[in-house]
Amino acid sequence: MDFLKKSTGHSVVLEEAPSFEISREGATAIGLPALDVPRVEPKKAFIKARVRKARLPELSEPEVMRHFTRMSTWNYAIDLGIYPLGSCTMKYNPRLNEEIARSGELSEAHPYDPPEWSQGHLQVMWELTEDLKGVTGMPGVSLQPAAGAHGELTGLMLVAAYHKAKKRDRKTILTADTAHGTNPASAALAGFQIVQIATGEDGVIHPEALAAVLNDDVAALMTTNPNTLGIFEKNIQTIANMLHEKDALLYIDGANLNAVLGLSRPGDFGADVIQFNLHKTFSTPHGGGGPGSGPIAVSERLLPFLPTPRLEKQDGKIVLVESTPQSIGRVKAFFGNYGMFIRAWCYIRALGGEGLRQVSENAILNANYMRSQLKDVLHMPVNAPTLHEVVFNDRNQRDLNLDTTKMAKRLIDYGMHPMTVHFPLCVKSAIMIEPTETESRSEMDRFVCALKEIIKTPDVEQAPTRVFREKVDETKAARELRLTYKFKD
Amino acid sequence: MSQYPKELQYTKEHEWIRVDGTAGIVGITAFAIEQLGDVVHLDLPKVGAKFKAGESFGTIESTKTVSDLYMPVAGTVAEVNTALTNAPEDITQDPHGKNWLVKVTLEGAPSNLMTADQYQKYIAEASSH
Repeated sequence: MDFLKKSTGHSVVLEEAPSFEISREGATAIGLPALDVPRVEPKKAFIKARVRKARLPELSEPEVMRHFTRMSTWNYAIDLGIYPLGSCTMKYNPRLNEEIARSGELSEAHPYDPPEWSQGHLQVMWELTEDLKGVTGMPGVSLQPAAGAHGELTGLMLVAAYHKAKKRDRKTILTADTAHGTNPASAALAGFQIVQIATGEDGVIHPEALAAVLNDDVAALMTTNPNTLGIFEKNIQTIANMLHEKDALLYIDGANLNAVLGLSRPGDFGADVIQFNLHKTFSTPHGGGGPGSGPIAVSERLLPFLPTPRLEKQDGKIVLVESTPQSIGRVKAFFGNYGMFIRAWCYIRALGGEGLRQVSENAILNANYMRSQLKDVLHMPVNAPTLHEVVFNDRNQRDLNLDTTKMAKRLIDYGMHPMTVHFPLCVKSAIMIEPTETESRSEMDRFVCALKEIIKTPDVEQAPTRVFREKVDETKAARELRLTYKFKD
Repeated sequence: MSQYPKELQYTKEHEWIRVDGTAGIVGITAFAIEQLGDVVHLDLPKVGAKFKAGESFGTIESTKTVSDLYMPVAGTVAEVNTALTNAPEDITQDPHGKNWLVKVTLEGAPSNLMTADQYQKYIAEASSH
């Protein structure tokens, strides 16, 4: 572990108090001119004026800058190293996307500009829509949903609208135990009841298991393909046919789309709806770097219900169409998170069809490299061919007083973000690794090397110890959850 | 092991039930608690809530995961162990006794439940995966 001998980046990491505690009364980053009009008491100007003074931190501009910059040095980020969170597809965000999305002509567009002034922006959205249709082989796309889970909810609202249009009330959504974690939550939010299907020993859904629970109350089956074990659902075509015979629909969670670009299209195996997580597959920033974006693609069956406004071409111009009676209406203000569309558009244009296929091929190759390097030390509960991610557990380590959580915590001491742990739920103490295509072999070797060293010489009880924030008491944090700052006086 | 009392009946989802006529006491097993790790939150139904056998009647949350709690037998909730909902971490002590979850008035006889011996065999198999 040569790379651990010297700390990288900052020789000293500074502690930093909350901004409320370093606040100095009267300090400000802006000098305002003296008041040259009569002062008005807020109570007289507003029906509801606040009674108590807002206790906002008061700091000078350099103090504000240093406050946040110091805290940023405690961060871990994809720009610092590997982020092998299985099922999250934490890939590098190319700087080209950022450069283009931040250019003034694009970032300062106003959503109230009339369509005739915004043809360029609408063209970006049009082309992204067409690209997403191409990737999935599905005839309709809506870019509106604000994030992946919002895309799921929108998709399920379309499913509900489909059955409602046929004048029937279907209440059940089936999910596989290898489905993405948000699936049952989205189904419940959309008003459905959830029935879970157990996958077979080989980690996939079997037609017999579906037949046992498939009835006239089933609105749709929700699953991921490849599933959260990284295994391609080989029976998916049969499953789609069985569902369609009952006029139930197939929802594919697009969380794992990074494994199948240019290799398999959901539209070809009978999917009716899929959401894209642009931050996973199409390299837009994740989490706090967002915002997110979760477009959906649909089959012919769901086309009439897609959200409005929709893009249409009339006389060579792109127009926004609102008059579609069966539509579920708007799901997001304006058109969705446009800044993310630009980044995804750039990514797709930069790579092209062949390039996208190579993304998936390399993602699969990298995950299988990790699998080959770790299979002798970690136990694989489902030993089937895997695509872009691989799931182990801690069975081989239990006698060493090591478990999944302890291994993950110790990895932080090696300057790496740990893998996904304790998910999927169908594997006890799961260790789920997805390197993505953007990791080099040497970066993956570092991770493997660190994990093997942890297993060989377990020193985990207090881990992490080498980082700025050492081991935290998770249990206390969860039991005494505090989400707001409490002033001392 | 005498850890799993003979007079209780067990489910595959690791709940137990103590049946006395039409009265039942429901809890979760020591094995389940060991798997969950540190328990941080317990969400139980209100008195009077009715459940079918196998239906989820609440959730238990640990630092690792949130799990559903399943009713072993159809019935109506007669009493909730509020001492435990206030201090869910206590569940690790005496989970088959004083740290029960709910008392229920049974509707129908228990079926498809395991004896203590069957349950121990079942969890031994589950741990080998």
